[in-house]
Amino acid sequence: MGFIPQSGGQMAEIETLIARAEALAFSSGLSLSTVSRKLFNDGKAINRLREGGQCTLKTMQTAQSRLAELEQGTSAATTNVESDPNAILSPSAMTHLDRLEAEAIHIMREVAAETEHPVMLYSVGKDSAVMLHLALKAFYPSKPPFPLMHVDTTWKFREMIKFRDDTVKKLGLDLIVHTNQEGVAQGVGPFTHGSQMHTDVMKTQALKQALDKHKFDAAFGGARRDEEKSRAKERIFSFRSANHRWDPKNQRPELWNIYNTRIAKGESIRVFPISNWTELDIWQYIYREKIDIVPLYFAAKRPVVERDGTLIMVDDDRMPLNGEKPKEEMVRFRTLGCYPLTGAVRSKATTLPEIIQEMLVARNSEREGRVIDHDQAASMEKKKQEGYF
Amino acid sequence: MSVTLEADKKLISEDVVAYLAAHEKKSMLRFITCGSVDDGKSTLIGRLLYDSKLLYDDQVSALERDTKKHGTQGDKIDFALLVDGLAAERELGITIDVAYRYGSTEKRKFIVADTPGHEQYTRNMATGASTADLAVILVDARRGVLTQTRRHSYIVSLLGIRNVVIAINKMDLVDYSEDRFNEIEAEYRAFAKDLGFESIVCIPMSALEGDNITTKSANTRWHNGPALLPYLETVKVRGTLTEKPFRMPVQWVNRPNLDFRGFSGTVATGTIKPGDEIVVLPAAKRSKVKTIITMDGELAEASPDMAVTITLEDEIDISRGDIICAGNAPAEQSDQFAAHLLWMAEDELFPGRQYLLKTANRIVPVTVTELKHKVNVNTLEHMSGKTLELNEVGFCNLNLAHPIAFDPYTENRRTGSFILIDRRTNSTIGAGLIDFSLRRAKNVHWQDLDVNKEVRASVKHQRPCVLWFTGLSGSGKSTVANLVEKRLHDMGRHTYTLDGDNVRHGLNKDLGFTDADRVENIRRVGETSKLMVDAGLIVLVSFISPFQSERRMARELLNDGEFVEVFISTPLEVCEQRDVKGLYARARRGEIKNFTGIDSDYEAPTAAELNLNTADIPAEDAATSIVEYLQENGYLNV
Repeated sequence: MGFIPQSGGQMAEIETLIARAEALAFSSGLSLSTVSRKLFNDGKAINRLREGGQCTLKTMQTAQSRLAELEQGTSAATTNVESDPNAILSPSAMTHLDRLEAEAIHIMREVAAETEHPVMLYSVGKDSAVMLHLALKAFYPSKPPFPLMHVDTTWKFREMIKFRDDTVKKLGLDLIVHTNQEGVAQGVGPFTHGSQMHTDVMKTQALKQALDKHKFDAAFGGARRDEEKSRAKERIFSFRSANHRWDPKNQRPELWNIYNTRIAKGESIRVFPISNWTELDIWQYIYREKIDIVPLYFAAKRPVVERDGTLIMVDDDRMPLNGEKPKEEMVRFRTLGCYPLTGAVRSKATTLPEIIQEMLVARNSEREGRVIDHDQAASMEKKKQEGYF
Repeated sequence: MSVTLEADKKLISEDVVAYLAAHEKKSMLRFITCGSVDDGKSTLIGRLLYDSKLLYDDQVSALERDTKKHGTQGDKIDFALLVDGLAAERELGITIDVAYRYGSTEKRKFIVADTPGHEQYTRNMATGASTADLAVILVDARRGVLTQTRRHSYIVSLLGIRNVVIAINKMDLVDYSEDRFNEIEAEYRAFAKDLGFESIVCIPMSALEGDNITTKSANTRWHNGPALLPYLETVKVRGTLTEKPFRMPVQWVNRPNLDFRGFSGTVATGTIKPGDEIVVLPAAKRSKVKTIITMDGELAEASPDMAVTITLEDEIDISRGDIICAGNAPAEQSDQFAAHLLWMAEDELFPGRQYLLKTANRIVPVTVTELKHKVNVNTLEHMSGKTLELNEVGFCNLNLAHPIAFDPYTENRRTGSFILIDRRTNSTIGAGLIDFSLRRAKNVHWQDLDVNKEVRASVKHQRPCVLWFTGLSGSGKSTVANLVEKRLHDMGRHTYTLDGDNVRHGLNKDLGFTDADRVENIRRVGETSKLMVDAGLIVLVSFISPFQSERRMARELLNDGEFVEVFISTPLEVCEQRDVKGLYARARRGEIKNFTGIDSDYEAPTAAELNLNTADIPAEDAATSIVEYLQENGYLNV
């Protein structure tokens, strides 16, 4: 959560809230992090506030009113979850998210059981965070029976790399990091070669290299059908020829939950377990499951410059500044990739509900923040036929 | 694409946490839209998304831009462009695949499969239908019920959908005529009366003009029924999955360490609790559920669609492909079925060719033994036919290489369905729905089904035996045995040949040619062939085996009828004259000791099942006689 140093004003109110929360924890026997979660939907929020963090006025008001209710022994947060007239329409208690989760787990288990050498592509973004969480659930108490692989273009946000390494270490998982060394040797980068060339060499080509090198026959990806029109028609199990090409006119029909995973030597499968999820489902699931995500998703003051109407964060000194002065602005990212190609949005959303609120009110769809999509009509479909994930 | 109604917006801006809590509890409906070419499916879905007022700004501007470039509606926004994804079909102006769309209202979340109308993409429609709870079938009000409408309705019904909406579209082009609407409704209901639908709801609409999509239209005041979206928000469709007997196909055996052994899978139907008795098919082992494990903790109960891991009270051997069933209501098992088959490949079905059949979690070789009839999807009449072509439906008999556990599709959509896979191309070539087993129920699930000699042999469709070739060196034993094995192999039988070459160099390389070693040689060969018979094979043993007693010993190791002695009675003079390996010459010169027929006796059999002299008949004829013997005595026609 992107708490930032306090700028005064709210200090007294925050102190009072912390004192009341601590008293409640003491009298009710709940841990402070549980109280924190009930008030802020975040177990660490109170700690951050104690260390000098701040929050928006609205978050504070919500927390105060919930605290008042908790002090009276009732909780609005739980009562408004209970009554839903539509619950009876469902044959079991499974919600929409439960069903999406179960579908993804089913797909992951199927791949683990039927392919010889699967891998999970891990891009460090929020969809990857959900995928990883699903994989942990699918095989629990075993660890996922496949490694993670990150294609590192060397231009990712530094916070992404740190988050990646921390996550893998914490969970004790295998991670393969692949970088196109030929591209590095030729000095390929977004500023010198343009977004298209950079993406092709450092991402598309690098992914093909990595899959070939490790001879993976199945690779999980976090693509969703709601992201882009051509994705809407891609199967959950998507087959690639020995040179990684996708043939949209020759896809295998997928009936029921029976997946045909058979391939010839050299061919491979891209598997998209969260095909049927929407952006809202992803956020809602992260919120429900309390999944850690890269702090870049939360608003904070970050140094940005504005180029062609897009806010680009100056993440390191490789960014050429033609007389531009980076400005500290309250921004966050809706999608994460190479920092020079990822536009930030101005935002004050520092909690998950606030992000979701912004997303639901926002009128631009998610991929709008990605520079590569604007290049040409039907661009994603062309990239995919060439092997882009 | 996230779609939210205006009503939600207020809640979102005022209390997003409350919105999230409510939204999380929404139910879900999966439906497909289908119909014939130009009925306006894509327009309908585009309109549903547009009318619910939460298309993103960039999507609307892209839509307006695309309309100018590709639009077919003049100045009006072409909603179909919103859903027609692939560049190829944007140019062709038809939808060629299944596109999935996601929507949400304050009451429900929707997954919409937009499926093709074109005749050659019927298989894609079946794909969309297989996971749908309901179908919206579009009919052009000007053209009425067409061939494709009938076929799509039949396939929707075949794939187990019980609720359909007939969207009679383009009412604006027939002046919103009530008579025309009633005429089409009557025609459709007459056609669909045998399709087993539980509900048929006809709605007059214009996707282009927005009549009866989200609200009831003033243009059709005569219409008593609901508008489309309100109906989809409230219809109850998901059947009684929880009330069916418990079934969970095992997907993956979960063994993080030696102390934990769990069985992971998605519950197909029914519910299960710790302590419930279960039976695992096909082994028919019984146990009780110990725990139901998830990463979020142990569950008190698992219900349909939940992906769980089950541990059992007893250590029983379970692997992927098994089905855990309710102890008092196990699934049936069989290796021969009658099933409906929808053919999805360009190459026609070849009865007799081996394909692969994949069920929820198992792959088994299969042949279509007989096409009983094809179904005329326009009239639902049965027609005779030898094969199925792309998009045709037939009723077939199937013969599987191994028995599988199943339920009839009409009773259980999850354990009664399968796909067919081409062995060479690996493509999915058919979708199947099991009707019933062709074998009488043997109640195998009430007792343990031991894998024994009979079971192994019946999988191979043969009666195992030893063909014991005896005769002098050079008599032609190996030549004849090789010919016999080739013929049996061509007939698809499972065989193995034991002869001096592959036994003397390995298993028996410690043995020489003294009488004692010859006896031990034959004893070992006899025991080895017994194991192979137990494995269900037809074993061809080709050894001089000169002594009566050892041959008798070999015979006695086996059951009656499993030992077929083949005496190759070619006389010594002929053998010595052939002397293919030059052994007789060396024996005569005294270079080889104990050579049968020269300085060691050969005791000819007195009661061999077959006696063949290759001096009189060619080896091919000898082989023919042996294969005929096997056929006549029932070794091959099991």
